Amino acid sequence: MTKYEIQTVLKGDGSSWDAHKEPHLKDDQLRAIYSTMVRVRMLNERGMNLQRQGRIGFYIGSEGQEAVHVASAAALEPTDWWFPHYRDPGVALLRGATIEQMVHQLYGNAKDMTKGRQMPNHFSFAEQNFFSISSPLTVRVPQAAGAAYAMKYKKTGQIAVSSFGDGSSSEGDFHVGLNFAAVWKAPVVFLLNNNQYAISVPSEKQTASETYAQKAEAYGFEGVRVDGNDPLAVYNAMKAAADKARAGKGPTLIECYTFRMGPHSSSDDPKRYVSPDLYQTWGAKDPILRMRNYLVRKGVWNDKLEEELTTRTKDEIQAAIKAAEDTPAPDLHLLIEDVYAEVPWHLEEQLKELRESVE
Amino acid sequence: MPNLTLVQAVTDALRTEMRLDRDVVVFGEDVGKNGGVFRATDGLQAEFGEERVFDTPLAEAGIIGTAIGMALHGLKPVPEIQFQDFIFPAFDQIVNEAAKIRYRSGGQYQVPMVIRTPYGGGIRGGHYHSQSGEAYFTHTPGLKVVIPSTPYDAKGMLIASIRDPDPVIFMEPKRVYRAIKEEVPEQAYTVDLGKARLAREGQDISLITYGAMTHVCLEAAKQAEQEGISCEVLDLRSLMPFDGQAILKSAKKTGRVISVYEAPKTSGFGGEINAFIAENAIEYMQAPLMRVAGFDTPFPYTLEHDYMPTTERILHAIRKSRAY
Repeated sequence: MTKYEIQTVLKGDGSSWDAHKEPHLKDDQLRAIYSTMVRVRMLNERGMNLQRQGRIGFYIGSEGQEAVHVASAAALEPTDWWFPHYRDPGVALLRGATIEQMVHQLYGNAKDMTKGRQMPNHFSFAEQNFFSISSPLTVRVPQAAGAAYAMKYKKTGQIAVSSFGDGSSSEGDFHVGLNFAAVWKAPVVFLLNNNQYAISVPSEKQTASETYAQKAEAYGFEGVRVDGNDPLAVYNAMKAAADKARAGKGPTLIECYTFRMGPHSSSDDPKRYVSPDLYQTWGAKDPILRMRNYLVRKGVWNDKLEEELTTRTKDEIQAAIKAAEDTPAPDLHLLIEDVYAEVPWHLEEQLKELRESVE
Repeated sequence: MPNLTLVQAVTDALRTEMRLDRDVVVFGEDVGKNGGVFRATDGLQAEFGEERVFDTPLAEAGIIGTAIGMALHGLKPVPEIQFQDFIFPAFDQIVNEAAKIRYRSGGQYQVPMVIRTPYGGGIRGGHYHSQSGEAYFTHTPGLKVVIPSTPYDAKGMLIASIRDPDPVIFMEPKRVYRAIKEEVPEQAYTVDLGKARLAREGQDISLITYGAMTHVCLEAAKQAEQEGISCEVLDLRSLMPFDGQAILKSAKKTGRVISVYEAPKTSGFGGEINAFIAENAIEYMQAPLMRVAGFDTPFPYTLEHDYMPTTERILHAIRKSRAY
């Protein structure tokens, strides 16, 4: 099935590449993609440790999957709406959200943008057009199609991107979202992070299709398959899909073939179901390693810049943790706010009863 | 003022608000060219075009899921779920998504949308065209649940719902879609959500109800009058939030309360009303708080009349309450 061949630009460890497929990116864009991937990885490592130390309750990371979302976001306009997977924090970082904002959310404190209401990593960055995350992923597939309909109706020139996993492709919302978007020729891109596992369930138990990309064909639009550990290939695919969507030519499904280098979340033990040699195989294809080698070869990156980036990020994370741990819990009244635009009488009564009982 | 049926008042509300606000869009199964299986959207596509009034693929989860996306991006979607019985494929989108988005995003996002859906029995619709699922939704914080019982309220409450910043489940009593006519103002007006309507004033017993059952209660109250029992009928109109003040006022006045609803009795919304009264006004009660409701069975076809609260069953409860 050559139609669904995996698209790659960077070869091997990124020391060489197909020059004719190389995207035309400025040096600072390349550095921004790389730096964001590194920042995501470093926050991920520290976040997982914070959970292990019992300082936060949970963590869900993106190790090995940084290229999929960061390079995709780089191919979009900042005004395009991102309907996120929980493994996509780099999209918000690339668009200007801060590590400190994220760490406050991990702690669920008074400065958490979700006001202490959501588990760690369930961010919401309206300013960055990064929509609120709920734990089920596929629900956002039809939502993105609907937002895209509104963008088309209002002629805003924006597009929507819905990011989700391979397991999502089995949900009903995947079907209805792709189908509605196709019928409406809505300006939306569906980004499937095929990390080969839905928690512990491998792809062969998820689908009998040879690829996920080919599912798009049944809905009447194009599916493409990309090396998800190759930021340049991901960028190319998203750029083409975004241009197409913006031109009124409807949706695209991009399958990024990648691998989850860590557990599903801090609550998961992949030793129970992932063969250890897979980490070696995929470690050699690490997207950060490949991007760094590419940038070094191109002369836009070096050890000094690397040192600066990691030191700065480490300090930033450390300062964010300090700030988060110094911030109190959310005010009790926030328990009943934002259920509705205005707090209804019965919620005020319920809170009053709680206050009386603890007085 | 035109004399309209309830379903005509729904159409009129949609037309009125769509003329005022280009962000209002209407869609669902058969709502376009066909004007809806109950004709609630009749003539709207002809007036507003296919971009604003359109048929969707046949998938309720898609209708509501996409409506959420539209609402997030500034439209005011008014999706129709053809029968409330068909809403369950969209349950996750309603309960886990629409209802929680404002809260979970710390108030960064909101989903102002109105899910219109005909509900209830009495039309020989069997299991899948008769259910009253309001309690599934009143049990979900973040949703407003409203049910008009008259043409005037249908128009005013629908316009209020479209202008409301929160997701509203707008349940339409299809059994009385064409049973009553009433004068309905031509212009736009709103009826406050969260406020009950005293449909009949009385002294002895409070019948607390909503939707199609309002009319059955009014008939039962009329017959009770002949037996010398004066019944008050409180039409809740809005179940979430509900009008606690109006409920307590009526309950304290009569001291005898019967909640009437056609949904299955157990865990039905009338049980909530009675619990609310028990918590806040038990000292005023002169008889047990009673319920007349549907059976705890799937909605039946042939024995529909026996399943539903009727004037006979309500009268029976009225006499029991009075005699206590």
